[in-house]
Amino acid sequence: MDSILHKEYTVVQDDYVNAGKVSSDIKSTLSEIGISPKVLRKIAVASYESEINLIIHAYGGKVFLDVGEDGAVYLVFKDPGPGIPDLEKALTPGWSTASEKARGMGFGAGMGLPNIQRVSDDFHIESSPEGTTLSLVFRSPV
Amino acid sequence: MRAKEIADALHAVPLTLWEEEHQNHEYKNVFATDLMSDALAMIQDEEESTVLLTGLCNTQTLRTAEMLDVRFIVFVRGKFLLDDAIEMAKNMGIVCLATDYTMYDACGRLYLKGLTGIYG
Repeated sequence: MDSILHKEYTVVQDDYVNAGKVSSDIKSTLSEIGISPKVLRKIAVASYESEINLIIHAYGGKVFLDVGEDGAVYLVFKDPGPGIPDLEKALTPGWSTASEKARGMGFGAGMGLPNIQRVSDDFHIESSPEGTTLSLVFRSPV
Repeated sequence: MRAKEIADALHAVPLTLWEEEHQNHEYKNVFATDLMSDALAMIQDEEESTVLLTGLCNTQTLRTAEMLDVRFIVFVRGKFLLDDAIEMAKNMGIVCLATDYTMYDACGRLYLKGLTGIYG
């Protein structure tokens, strides 16, 4: 894939203070290149939920943003574990394994992955104890 | 309904900038929750005319509003934002008010004034 824009970010486990900064930067970066507000909101919601997952469920991780020549936006969230034990349950609305701390921050409603799946055009997730990779695509004319 | 009328109905006090332009902004509906994941999942259209009512008083509420383009938050149950969060809200252009009413009372008062939920 030829990318007209590429950015990488690092997300730290349990870093609630900075939670959302990556998604905020992704949103403003994509806004500058002319992604429509409606699509931008979907991308921001998916990105923020995924970023929060890296903070509250994973040992932190990396975020990769790419924009294709056709304006499609590619987001990849890659973490080094501990993996999602039951993906089917994790994709069920209402299912949550979030900690009390995460719930205290307003998360753990069990809507994260189902919501990410709902707003993205392509949704692919692979998970093992060695890590989870979530790949999302948003198609939008620039 | 204008933001000023919402503030009056809730006897709410401003935590951020509260200029005439903010007070005159029109809002059509309300979403009330302490769970930001629910806000992210449910609020899908007309975000800029949606009021978020919440008792969750932290920066993740502001981040959620930022992602959704929600520009107006009322904190219920007498909760206030800390100074750094107020600064963050100002930088994001989000108007924040605080009311002593509980979530139930705040929702009831706004519903009686004609504001519906996000699905009408």
